[in-house]
Amino acid sequence: MNTDLVIKVGGAAGQGLQTIGVVLAKTFKKSGFNVFTTQFYLSRVRGGHNTYQVRISNEPIRAMTEKVDILIALDEASINEHLNEISDGVVIVDTDVIKIEQMNDSFFHVPMLKIAKDVCGNKIYSNSVAIGAALGLMCFNFEYLERVLTATFQKKGDEIIANNIKAARAGYDHAKNNFPSACKFAVKEPLGKDGRMLIAGNDAVALGALAAGVQFLAAYPMTPSTGVMTYISAKADDFNVVVEQAEDEIAALNMVLGASYAGVRTMTTTSGGGFCLMAEALGLAGITETPAVIFLSQRPGPATGLPTMTEQGDLQFVLTAAQGEFPRCILTPGTPDDCFYLTAKAFNIAEKFQIPVFVMSDQYLADSLFTCEKFDTSKIEIDRHLLSDDELKDKKEYNRYELTPTGISPRAIPGQAGFTVVVDSDEHNETGHLDQTIDNRILMNEKRMKKLKLLEKEMEAPKLYGYKKADITLIGWGSTYGPLLEVVDILTSEGHAVDHLHFTHVYPLPVDAIKDMLADAGKLVCVENNATGQFARLFECETGLRIDENILRSDGKPYTPEHIIRALEQKKVI
Amino acid sequence: MVSVEDFGEYETEWCPGCGNFMILKAIKRALAELGKEPHEVLLTSGIGQSSKLPHYLKCNVFNGLHGRSLPPAIGAKVANHELTVLAVTGDGDCYGEGGNHFVHNIRRNPDITLIVHDNQIYGLTKGQASPTSELGMKTKIQNHGVFNTPLNPLSLAISLDCSFVSRGFAGDVDHLTELIKKAIQHKGFSLVDVLQPCVSFNKLNTFKWYSERVYRMEEKDHSPKDRVKAFEKSLEWGEKIPLGVFYVNEKPTFEDHLDVLSSGPLVKNKADPEKVDELLDSFI
Repeated sequence: MNTDLVIKVGGAAGQGLQTIGVVLAKTFKKSGFNVFTTQFYLSRVRGGHNTYQVRISNEPIRAMTEKVDILIALDEASINEHLNEISDGVVIVDTDVIKIEQMNDSFFHVPMLKIAKDVCGNKIYSNSVAIGAALGLMCFNFEYLERVLTATFQKKGDEIIANNIKAARAGYDHAKNNFPSACKFAVKEPLGKDGRMLIAGNDAVALGALAAGVQFLAAYPMTPSTGVMTYISAKADDFNVVVEQAEDEIAALNMVLGASYAGVRTMTTTSGGGFCLMAEALGLAGITETPAVIFLSQRPGPATGLPTMTEQGDLQFVLTAAQGEFPRCILTPGTPDDCFYLTAKAFNIAEKFQIPVFVMSDQYLADSLFTCEKFDTSKIEIDRHLLSDDELKDKKEYNRYELTPTGISPRAIPGQAGFTVVVDSDEHNETGHLDQTIDNRILMNEKRMKKLKLLEKEMEAPKLYGYKKADITLIGWGSTYGPLLEVVDILTSEGHAVDHLHFTHVYPLPVDAIKDMLADAGKLVCVENNATGQFARLFECETGLRIDENILRSDGKPYTPEHIIRALEQKKVI
Repeated sequence: MVSVEDFGEYETEWCPGCGNFMILKAIKRALAELGKEPHEVLLTSGIGQSSKLPHYLKCNVFNGLHGRSLPPAIGAKVANHELTVLAVTGDGDCYGEGGNHFVHNIRRNPDITLIVHDNQIYGLTKGQASPTSELGMKTKIQNHGVFNTPLNPLSLAISLDCSFVSRGFAGDVDHLTELIKKAIQHKGFSLVDVLQPCVSFNKLNTFKWYSERVYRMEEKDHSPKDRVKAFEKSLEWGEKIPLGVFYVNEKPTFEDHLDVLSSGPLVKNKADPEKVDELLDSFI
């Protein structure tokens, strides 16, 4: 029997939703299930109504579904807003705290506060009662929870661990003994095959950067990108990284460029608003040919927009940000694996081509937890493309912008004996000194733009998933990968001939490879988390191929497979 | 031995008689007298006539964006703290466009020297008011005269407890050279605000105007260790304008706080991707 079950926790900020959600997710993963979680939160530290949703399955899952089986309601809004998501499910609620006007079979009262007080003498353990109750309804092996609670509260000491376990056990027993249809939500645990990771996109980006040997990160905190900066900062001393919180995003990217010029691997992290402030420095990276990795986690704009929600609304901005023309590269991970390997790759591309490279994510990918195989660090290569002291010694003179057939000039760094390195935001000649002559401008502009053609050869073709010779090809980029895979699976099982083309190398697009792959394609449907079809426009411009239908969503929420299928039906694609 | 000649001679784009020539001369002399080789020195700059200076001597150069001479300087210093890093900028570039970086790098206290060509006017854009322009100064934009209170960079720096605060005059190259030497030798963020006549656009604060007012502070008259006295001194402007070191506060630099630099420059480190394996286990 296939398990596919969703638990949703609803409550106010500050009520500990995240702890409940993460403990549940870890418990299920420990037992061998595939786990996927999403968070929906408002931009406030206390209050409001937030949710944390955990889906488990013995099949691989990379998206959230809309049907909820168990709703843990810690506030009234949870019931008002999410009761309709439950068809055959149940709401766990402490009716001593939240009054229910019309009790019916959908509600299961668990006196969380009372149990916590009775068992541990303190109501703060009521969340653990709730966790236990949810697992009790599933008649889940309690031992996994015990192990996760022990690890989670390790730093807080034995007494707190013991109390959490006691409270959880009491909630578990209460549910098992009192729920009218006992074990209705029982699941069969897959044979234990742990060793997989449970990880969010942001952490995977941070690990990719550390594996690639990032040495300097300057950034200004901005949701939903801050997690990357925070993670790297926590590991900075062990990995010889300097993390500096800049006074603003303008300083952040300019500091990064100074450090990169001086020879270290650098990155900055931001969201759309912060990136607006970096636009001029992006052009500086372009004309000075200084490598930099820019991690941009998107959220809905314009301006402050919806700070804690998701969107893929910044692609066209990133494609053209800053005045003038210069090569840039855009990578768009769709899974934590992509986040890890593509971030590491971004550093190599940046240094090989001496350009700014973007890793574009979004709130959905940043904050969701995925189960995946442990990353393979032996696959990470570090290619610095720097002139060694010995190579430099043989040169009579060193010109930072020496003209070469590829447009890529050998890169030395300041401090290397006998030579100086000159870079300039003005148009400059081979020496790096400013030069406003027309002949020089032509040479230098051609030199820089040549690199874009060369870079195109290194861009990977999109990943094809599903049916060969499909009638319908769903095109997506970045974080829509998971929901689109599930759409392909569902529609294929219903007899549709459909596949998915997932783009992680978005600019420059590998045009020849795309044209080959789509030579006999049927209907092309581009699915994006924005209002105007930003990738579809890029795709059409670059390849000359037509997108037949656009599926768009820009309400701040991520796609579910159900949402995409409804949209396909509305557009009469299926 | 390093000589002034090692820093070369370049053709410039400055107006004849510009104070910038004197500042360039003082920087070259200071570097040579301190025995700094061109490849050991990095000059960063922003945009403006002052910010062209790094192109006119042999050294490593990062000529960046308007107002942004400081952030790349800090980045480069962190990457390789063995470099001698000078940020060269002007009153518009540093106190206007880049004001935020001025404030926060005083707080950050990296071991770099900030040289501000302060001519109280915008030169490159041909004569508009700068943050340090005198009240009442008329320009083609400020038709009714400047009415924004002039920014006092020295007072501002002292109020932020800047590590080294000084003022020089482009017309006194010997004194300016000594000042720049002290600033480079000082461990921490060093400000050298240089009064500099703009012969083309500032008809008010001319060479003559400055020469009649400036005087060298002697050590017996002013102790740079006293912050309140330094602040008081920084307010002196008008009939008499003091030159010299106003304030010195020895304190740990930004780099001193970075333990990872204690074993050598960041740029010399090598990374090992497999070291990340130990972190991956915490996600299992």
